Amino acid sequence: MSTTVTKERTGPGQQRAVQPRTPAGARRRPWISGAPRRALTGGAALVWTALVVVPVYWLVVTSLRSRTDFTTDSPLALPGRPTLDNYKTVLDGDFATYLLNSVVVTVGAVVLTVAAALMASFSIVRYTNSWSRLSFRMYLLGLAIPLQAVIIPVYLLIIRMDMYDSLLAIVLPSAAFALPITVMILVSFLRDIPRSLFEAMIVDGAGDWRMLFSLVAPMARPALMTVAVYDGLQVWNGFLFPLILTQSGDKAVLPLALTLYRGQFGIDVPATMAAVVLSTLPMLAVFLLAKRQLVAGLTAGFSK
Amino acid sequence: MAVVAGTPRPAAAPKTRPPTAPGGRRGLSGLLMAAPALLLFTLFGLVPLGGVVVLSLTSWDGLGAIGWAGFGNWGGVLTDGATWQALWLTVKVMVISWLVQTPVALALGLFQAPRGRTRAFLAVLWFLPLLLSAVAIGLTWQALLDPSFGIGATPGLHWLAEPLLGSPDLALYTVIAVIAWQFVPFHALLYQSGIRQIPVSLYEAAAIDGAGPVTRLLRITLPQLKYTFVTSSTLMLVGSLTYFDLIFVLSGGTGGPGTATRVLPLAMYITGFQSHDMGRASAIATLLVVFGLGLSLFTTRLSGFTRMESQQEGL
Repeated sequence: MSTTVTKERTGPGQQRAVQPRTPAGARRRPWISGAPRRALTGGAALVWTALVVVPVYWLVVTSLRSRTDFTTDSPLALPGRPTLDNYKTVLDGDFATYLLNSVVVTVGAVVLTVAAALMASFSIVRYTNSWSRLSFRMYLLGLAIPLQAVIIPVYLLIIRMDMYDSLLAIVLPSAAFALPITVMILVSFLRDIPRSLFEAMIVDGAGDWRMLFSLVAPMARPALMTVAVYDGLQVWNGFLFPLILTQSGDKAVLPLALTLYRGQFGIDVPATMAAVVLSTLPMLAVFLLAKRQLVAGLTAGFSK
Repeated sequence: MAVVAGTPRPAAAPKTRPPTAPGGRRGLSGLLMAAPALLLFTLFGLVPLGGVVVLSLTSWDGLGAIGWAGFGNWGGVLTDGATWQALWLTVKVMVISWLVQTPVALALGLFQAPRGRTRAFLAVLWFLPLLLSAVAIGLTWQALLDPSFGIGATPGLHWLAEPLLGSPDLALYTVIAVIAWQFVPFHALLYQSGIRQIPVSLYEAAAIDGAGPVTRLLRITLPQLKYTFVTSSTLMLVGSLTYFDLIFVLSGGTGGPGTATRVLPLAMYITGFQSHDMGRASAIATLLVVFGLGLSLFTTRLSGFTRMESQQEGL
């Protein structure tokens, strides 16, 4: 069993690095290799890269054009006279307010979701009784409840709870709807923690809370990072709850603000594109910083 | 819920279950830990789920008093051709999206799985659509596909100067393409991580047996990706019910041109929040709920996804 674990940890990549090419061919790229795969996936990779790069490139160069150049320049050419005026236009407005609102909403919802989901997942994995099965199934089904389907009752609830047009009105439903997927990911991760570790702690006389804090939470760190980044992204980019549950401009989060910009700038496409770029920069920064944790969390697992 | 969830099977204690914690605290601490999530999810998930059914039997303009309306909304919604068209468009978007996104995501996942600098760099590029909000993507593509000033104005690309979003025949397919642009990277990542988790020992055994690359793909990689496939497909199918933001932005909040992209969520939004008929909108929303739960029940039944055990097979 221990050899299996070692090989698991070594992973395909390292195998390849250690043994660049062997006659057997199997060790080099253990999953599949050979011409058919390379043609299929390499071709798809090339096409996909172009499909992603061209619109993003266009977005950036357009945001750097003046309004007049936008109508005359060739769309994919580099801007002849690049300008940051569009960014200045956006930043001179209420951008800082929208940004702050987005940060508050995202951090609030993520902290709430991850904390609640970790405890719930541990409880589900630890107690395999009918109640925990039922609650697991409930979250599983929760995965299937479309946000849009329940937005009217949520709107009614938020009004009755006197939270309409506040940031809390976005935080609570966003957290609630991030729970199912978060619990699912954490449960599937916690399930793979070797039972012997729990048993060792129980022998040491540890209760559930100590197990949660000193075994489960540290071991689940990569998974926690993953769900935090994933949930954060969803909430940051969320549009429906802000659209329905807030109305004043000073409560607008960035995605909602983008639609306001469109109304405000009208046909000034470069300014709208500058706002789009600015609204994405924070997520790009988080992604570049947390990429390793995100990928580690998604790919981590323990062998039986 | 119990009816929908199916009869919960009695807890057949697995042999590997950890022994009970001492001091009889197990029930209490377990419950305390589950409570915050349960409370939050019950209040904003389950209560609205029941609430939407109740509201579908009322008349409410979104501001004033809520009155009883019986089955009036339902009669109206079910005999309205617009409802059935919205339902048809939703199914169309769902099926085509799944058919388009799954092979692309699998191919990209296969490409991404081996480690290496080029692949790591490409993976960062591929991630970009994931970082953009649906609103950002919608605004970008709307401007990009503008027949006068968009990409179609590039010399050599004039064939793209069609009103892709403005034509009733093309708008839905354009929307589906933009949806794929947004979601394929996530599913590629799911497949990539699934592939990386396949134990090397399986391939070593196959190599000893003399299996070629195609055999390895068909006999090891694809079967081992079963759970990834189920997870990815479930998220895609159920997720396609919720393509609201993008279509909202791409069609300027109308689900148009005409009603060409008015899927169920948009029909619900327009009925409720633009025409101020919350009762009728709730009836449409109930259809969405039934659709979503039915779909998820179907895919999980098919896959045995609820099994409480590790998902690695064959070891």
